[in-house]
Amino acid sequence: MPTKKAVTSAAHKRRGLTTGLNLGEKLGVGLGLIVLIFGAVWMLLPLVWMISASLMPLSEVIKVPPVWFAPDKYSLANYMEVWSRVGFSRYFFNSAFVAVTITILQLLTSAMAGFAFARYDFPGRNVIFLIILATMMIPFQVIMIPLFIMMARLKLVNTIWGLIVPSMVTAFGVFLMRQFMMGVPRPLLEAARIDGASEPYIFARIMLPLCKPALAALGIFAFLGSWDNFLWPLIIINSQKLWTLPIAMSRFTEQYIAQTHLQMAGASIMFVPILVVFLAMQRNFIEGIALTGLKG
Amino acid sequence: MSSQATGSEVRKQRWSRQRRRETAWAYAFLTPAFFFLVVLLLFPIIFAFWISLHDWSLIPRPTPFIGLENYSTALSDALTIKSIKNTFIYTIGAVPISLALSLLLAIVMNQDGLPLRTLFRTTYFIPVITSWVAVSFVWIWMLEPRYGLVNAFLRLIGITGIRWLASPQWALPAIMLVSIWKGLGYNMVLFLAGLQTIPRELMEAARIDGANRWQSFLNITFPLLNPTIVFLTVTAVIGSLQVFTPAVIMTTVQGEAGGPINSTRVMVYHIYSMAFRSNRLGYGAALAFILFVIILVITIIQLRLTQREFEYA
Repeated sequence: MPTKKAVTSAAHKRRGLTTGLNLGEKLGVGLGLIVLIFGAVWMLLPLVWMISASLMPLSEVIKVPPVWFAPDKYSLANYMEVWSRVGFSRYFFNSAFVAVTITILQLLTSAMAGFAFARYDFPGRNVIFLIILATMMIPFQVIMIPLFIMMARLKLVNTIWGLIVPSMVTAFGVFLMRQFMMGVPRPLLEAARIDGASEPYIFARIMLPLCKPALAALGIFAFLGSWDNFLWPLIIINSQKLWTLPIAMSRFTEQYIAQTHLQMAGASIMFVPILVVFLAMQRNFIEGIALTGLKG
Repeated sequence: MSSQATGSEVRKQRWSRQRRRETAWAYAFLTPAFFFLVVLLLFPIIFAFWISLHDWSLIPRPTPFIGLENYSTALSDALTIKSIKNTFIYTIGAVPISLALSLLLAIVMNQDGLPLRTLFRTTYFIPVITSWVAVSFVWIWMLEPRYGLVNAFLRLIGITGIRWLASPQWALPAIMLVSIWKGLGYNMVLFLAGLQTIPRELMEAARIDGANRWQSFLNITFPLLNPTIVFLTVTAVIGSLQVFTPAVIMTTVQGEAGGPINSTRVMVYHIYSMAFRSNRLGYGAALAFILFVIILVITIIQLRLTQREFEYA
């Protein structure tokens, strides 16, 4: 807390500047713009360079000083090579299948559990919720070894379901959906029941449409988490035909050492689809994430 | 009288039938999530502790019980200590810088009359959605000593010869740099959301009272932003202690990660390497439990410390 004296002296100073206040604000905005533009350049530069390099032949990529843009040399040759010869078409499909399946399963299980907590009073409600909250604190690294042994017993090692099963439910998802559904007014659901709607109908037709922002946020998290997952596929997958994109990226570079142009094409294949989806729905995207931050 | 009694009884009966029906539905909706959380999270953590007490290997052979031997081996192993140290250095280096920078950017972005706010927010968020694996490969080449853009820039201002990922001294800071770059947008978006919940009247009142920007930041923004700061600090520290992908991908040389003289060997890589490459599952499980305890203790300390800060008023 500033002392009274400090406050009054500051007030005097301020009053002296009152006429210039707008100018001061403008200065602040101008300075802010410079900082933000400088930062934005650094945010984008590596990614722009990645895409630029993915379109150039290797000879251009490794020039000193670095060539940033060479539009006359651009071609899709690197993509063709990575996609068909290195086999990224298959890895892309694997990654997409796993990510979509995980997203659907997580949304379904989380929404159902969230609905149970938000909608009903049942014996054990608080205890079960506390148990679920507690599992949120378990780091994946602690359970990956037992999970691997369990998957081995179930003969799921080196299968696509071995990739999917451990991520099909998350405590975070249940928590998020519960928090959001608690905010839905109960009379709305009661009214539906008086009208004779069944419970699954109330869940699917009334509750879920009201939860679109939370479902969108959770869906994004689930999809990106799976798309980006590196550690678990590294453990559970051996055969090349089951590689996901992250594994493929790390492995194929062992064979194609220093083939930067191909690496950048591979990285772009991972990046561009996500970017397109992001730009298409970026407002929901960012607001959904801000939502999870505040509620989480 | 009697009719009244039966009436309430019927109501009670109906009510309890209703309640039973609701309970049945609740369990039906809850079962998939709860069943799999128990099977995939709760059981494994108990199983993990059990494994950590054994000499457990992937090869089908007897797994003798060895008590806490894995733990004592781990804590007296120089490589384990090194990996814990690296993980701490990474966390202490990356988290405060990332949070301070993103708070600064959020405040700048929250100014009245700032144009293109949405565009900036989107731009800063793009690295967040980019896959860690892709990011790691891009930055391997950004940081390449000869061809990379970072050293090209540094040459412009007269700094030459930093070998980044090939240097024991710079490899870990290089990974911090990349994770700061990648995480900035996420922190900034959450800070921005927090800043927008601060009532404008408060700032106006402070200004009328003659507080300058720094004073209102210190006395209004900072305390009111406390929940966001606590949330981001705690989650960022937890995340940093579990760092894996960039450390592994950016410093893998001929199939071996860990960097020059193990300077980027982090806890999670150490666990992975011991369990799945050296085939010592029991030892790996013990290491994982050590990481778990470290995370738990640090999180509790942080929450305690920040709770005290809540009593500023």
